[in-house]
Amino acid sequence: MAPGSASSPSPSFPALRPWAAVGAMAAAAAAGPSPGSGPGDSPEGPEGEAPERRRKAHGMLKLYYGLSEGEAAGRPAGPDPLDPTDLNGAHFDPEVYLDKLRRECPLAQLMDSETDMVRQIRALDSDMQTLVYENYNKFISATDTIRKMKNDFRKMEDEMDRLATNMAVITDFSARISATLQDRHERITKLAGGHRQVGPAVGLSWGSGANVTLRPPGVHALLRKLQFLFELPSRLTKCVELGAYGQAVRYQGRAQAVLQQYQHLPSFRAIQDDCQVITARLAQQLRQRFREGGSGAPEQAECVELLLALGEPAEELCEEFLAHARGRLEEELRSLEAELGPSPPAPDVLEFTDHGGSGFVGGLCQVAAAYQELFAAQGPAGAERLAAFARELGSRYFALVERRLAQEQGGGDNSLLVRALDRFHRRLRAPGALLAAAGLAEAATEIVERVARERLGHHLQGLRAAFLGCLTDVRQALAAPRVAGKEGPGLAELLANVASSILSHIKASLAAVHLFTAKEVSFSNKPYFRGEFCSQGVREGLIVGFIRSMCQTAQSFCDSPGEKGGATPPALLLLLSRLCLDYETATISYILTLTDEQFLVQDQFPVTPVSTLCAEARETARRLLTHYVKVQGLVISQMLRKSVETRDWLSTLEPRNVRAVMKRVVEDTTAIDVQVGLLYEEGVRKAQSSDSSKRTFSVYSSSRQQGRYAPSYTPSAPMDTNLLSNIQKLFSERIDVFSPVEFNKVSVLTGIIKISLKTLLECVRLRTFGRFGLQQVQVDCHFLQLYLWRFVADEELVHLLLDEVVASAALRCPDPVPMEPSVVEVICERG
Amino acid sequence: CPSRPPKVLGLQARALTPQTAETDAIRFLVGTQSLKYDNQIHIIDFDDENNIINKNVLLHQAGEIWHISASPADRGVLATCYNRTSDSKVLTCAAVWRMPKELESGSHESPDDSSSTAQTLELLCHLDNTAHGNMACVVWEPMGDGKKIISLADNHILLWDLQESSSQAVLASSASLEGKGQLKFTSGRWSPHHNCTQVATANDTTLRGWDTRSMSQIYCIENAHGQLVRDLDFNPNKQYYLASCGDDCKVKFWDTRNVTEPVKTLEEHSHWVWNVRYNHSHDQLVLTGSSDSRVILSNMVSISSEPFGHLVDDDDISDQEDHRSEEKSKEPLQDNVIATYEEHEDSVYAVDWSSADPWLFASLSYDGRLVINRVPRALKYHILL
Repeated sequence: MAPGSASSPSPSFPALRPWAAVGAMAAAAAAGPSPGSGPGDSPEGPEGEAPERRRKAHGMLKLYYGLSEGEAAGRPAGPDPLDPTDLNGAHFDPEVYLDKLRRECPLAQLMDSETDMVRQIRALDSDMQTLVYENYNKFISATDTIRKMKNDFRKMEDEMDRLATNMAVITDFSARISATLQDRHERITKLAGGHRQVGPAVGLSWGSGANVTLRPPGVHALLRKLQFLFELPSRLTKCVELGAYGQAVRYQGRAQAVLQQYQHLPSFRAIQDDCQVITARLAQQLRQRFREGGSGAPEQAECVELLLALGEPAEELCEEFLAHARGRLEEELRSLEAELGPSPPAPDVLEFTDHGGSGFVGGLCQVAAAYQELFAAQGPAGAERLAAFARELGSRYFALVERRLAQEQGGGDNSLLVRALDRFHRRLRAPGALLAAAGLAEAATEIVERVARERLGHHLQGLRAAFLGCLTDVRQALAAPRVAGKEGPGLAELLANVASSILSHIKASLAAVHLFTAKEVSFSNKPYFRGEFCSQGVREGLIVGFIRSMCQTAQSFCDSPGEKGGATPPALLLLLSRLCLDYETATISYILTLTDEQFLVQDQFPVTPVSTLCAEARETARRLLTHYVKVQGLVISQMLRKSVETRDWLSTLEPRNVRAVMKRVVEDTTAIDVQVGLLYEEGVRKAQSSDSSKRTFSVYSSSRQQGRYAPSYTPSAPMDTNLLSNIQKLFSERIDVFSPVEFNKVSVLTGIIKISLKTLLECVRLRTFGRFGLQQVQVDCHFLQLYLWRFVADEELVHLLLDEVVASAALRCPDPVPMEPSVVEVICERG
Repeated sequence: CPSRPPKVLGLQARALTPQTAETDAIRFLVGTQSLKYDNQIHIIDFDDENNIINKNVLLHQAGEIWHISASPADRGVLATCYNRTSDSKVLTCAAVWRMPKELESGSHESPDDSSSTAQTLELLCHLDNTAHGNMACVVWEPMGDGKKIISLADNHILLWDLQESSSQAVLASSASLEGKGQLKFTSGRWSPHHNCTQVATANDTTLRGWDTRSMSQIYCIENAHGQLVRDLDFNPNKQYYLASCGDDCKVKFWDTRNVTEPVKTLEEHSHWVWNVRYNHSHDQLVLTGSSDSRVILSNMVSISSEPFGHLVDDDDISDQEDHRSEEKSKEPLQDNVIATYEEHEDSVYAVDWSSADPWLFASLSYDGRLVINRVPRALKYHILL
């Protein structure tokens, strides 16, 4: 069937079970197709199904591995290769096969089969014999070879052992030698390597650092320099120990560049490392010294210089330098602040600014100078840092100064303040020039200006207070009970006192403020003090402001709510009115001229002209005087009104006397006349009054009365009275009762009397009079006429009003029988 | 021609009122003051078209008239306060009167003032004041049926009901001022607002508001004026506003909700201001009379109900012209004195507006001179257009 398949494997080495393998292979070859046969060429013919083949293969594998036949046989066998009739099958049963052959085949065929079978068996036998022989030969030769090899290996192993021992010894020795030579070796290598490569290069960059010369210097010099390098660490250490920092820094400076350049070479690297360590220590010590700071600014500067030379970062040094300076300056500030203190016994302001000037400002100057010297190379950034530093500390200083100055605000001594400000300002000029960017000088000027303004405000306040104080004094003097026989200070005197007191206050203020502009004061030439201070500050703010406020204060008395009683004494109104009038006529222009002379006003600010101010003062005076008239008129009016309203005019008795209230009215009017006369001029009267006397008046009045009243008392017709009074009115001017007054006594008195008599008239018209009531009115009016004419500008006015009163009373009387004029006169003369 | 020739009554007079219930004819009632002759009530008719003044005289024999007021409901009814002198005592009483029917509408062609036979008033009732003192004034409930009046007697405020067609006055309620000294009402007005439940009075320098339902005080303006308050009046269009005047020569305008400060103060007169009256229709027009013999008409537009002038109705704005003029008038106008009337030669104690013509007013001075004036035409058109 496939005899070639048995011969195809050709093992060169005997397998573990060569025979079994051979047998198995033979069996396999006998059992079915070779495992290598593809699925396509199925020799089985009718049953070529894949599962069948696989199972067959399994069967063969099982065969090969000697798995139980029974297992395979036990399986239900279909039409399978286990057919016992299959010659090549594993389950070939000769009996069955024979049976089958016998049963099925004819004899001829049987014979053929038998022949064929025998032939096959012989062929197989011979094949097997050949194979066994061949294999056996090969196996024998292999066994020989192996034996030989075993022999050789044993020899070699011995030699290897010896070699290993020798090598161990050698290694040991070598290690010992290396260890011994190591140190020296390394140094030599280092030196050799360094020397070899450095030589010419050092020559190039040595010698004042120029690499111009290409000619190598003498080897000797070179070596010396190398030696210097090698010795550098120790030298530095020594310098540091001795404190010769300068020397150390110089050495370091000289070597630095070279070391830097050749740092990639180990030998130089080492030197550089050493140097760096030492330098770091050096820097630390320098900083230490710098920080301790007790050594003072110059030494510090030296420290900084050295540190800079060591290449320390400049910014950091700036910071540190400034921080250090700050410490010292803050110390100064603290001491200043302590002087401020909560407790008043501080040194005076001059001393304070002196301290500040010498301590703080001086220190600041030093710092600034040193800084600029040391860090000049830092450029604008460094300058800016210093400026910021100065600004910050400066502002704190200014805050302190302002606090101190604020304490001065209350005080009165300007000269000390001005001197202090002068010092303060002067001292700040130096740092101002040094540190223009910090704006210290400007800030100082601002402070001075502010103080000056505040001073102005303070003086204005002071003037106001003085004015109010004067008013209070006047009130007190007016209210003081008059000691009998001893006249208190007259109004004129009071007025003079007030005026002079205010004027002296103004002058004092001017003088005090003038100190600010004195030539020797350092800030007096600043534009503010040359211009605005004089015109807006002193002239407008202080003087004009005060005069205005004075007018306002005075006017406020006119608007006081106590219209009824007048909380303000009338005399005060009168006095203020006169004061304002005096201001209008003279004082204002005097004060302003004085101001303009003292403060040569040079700027273009518009100033209030004298005329405007005068007009204001005049208006105030007029209002005050008008108010005075109203108040006094009201006082008398009230008396008259009460006297008319409260009396029972129908059942009054025949008049024997002038009523007391009329006497009172005359007395009060006289008092007012005296009062006004103290402050105001007489004024103009109509000509007729010039030669008037009591006597002529009485004649005059009696004749007039006769002629005027007679018809109305004997009424013939209801129209007569009215007609007469109307005709009479046609020829008289309308009386403006509350008319503006002029600045003279007569006008004032006229106003007061007009108001009073008009009130009397209106009150009389509201009552009804009996005969005696009318007569009483007659008497009263005559009495008033007797005494009031002399006070007024136009006595006709009094006549008219009194006539009107009597006429009205007559109208209000159901039984108007007038009293005989002679009797009236007698009663009035009796008093 | 704004000014009419003055009418001289021939007697002293202080009392003036328009015939309140009359809304067509311009008619004023004036009461005279005379102690020697029979007092009269003059019914002054002004014929606007012909510029003629007619006068009818009614005798008021009860006494001299200090105050007069006309019923708002009945043209023929009026109230007076008058002095009665007896036993050398003077007492001011008040009474309600009816005038003869034919005089209610005036307009008789009286041939001669003096010679016409004077008719007499019919007394309707007395307001009994025996317990209360002198009557200062009588005020009618505005816009009422003429059944309620208030009278001020010394320190009492009395509310009367007029019954039986005014023939009987029944004291409905009353209140009194209590305080130091002798308190005396000088004047009072009945507010047309708040359903006519408020009355304001003046005594001395104080203004007070009263609720007529409870007769209790609503507000009090102490020291409204520096001196005596003579008169007051309510703004007819703004319910919280009132004007007052007094001996300090000032006219003050108040908002009764805030009585600490006057809204506005006028100081134009040079003597006591006796009378202040709002125009009934255009409350910016304020009339004052003073004993400086002047009458002043002021335009208090900034505190009036029309602070921006008269606003044109929406449908009127048809053309651009109108529109522009309206916009122009939106700016607040300035308060000012419109005119000062100096026809009087004696103190003016009474001024009042006509109830029929809002542009016309009368003023009365003590010498008996009545002057009727008009609001200047320019201003009238300015207000109207």
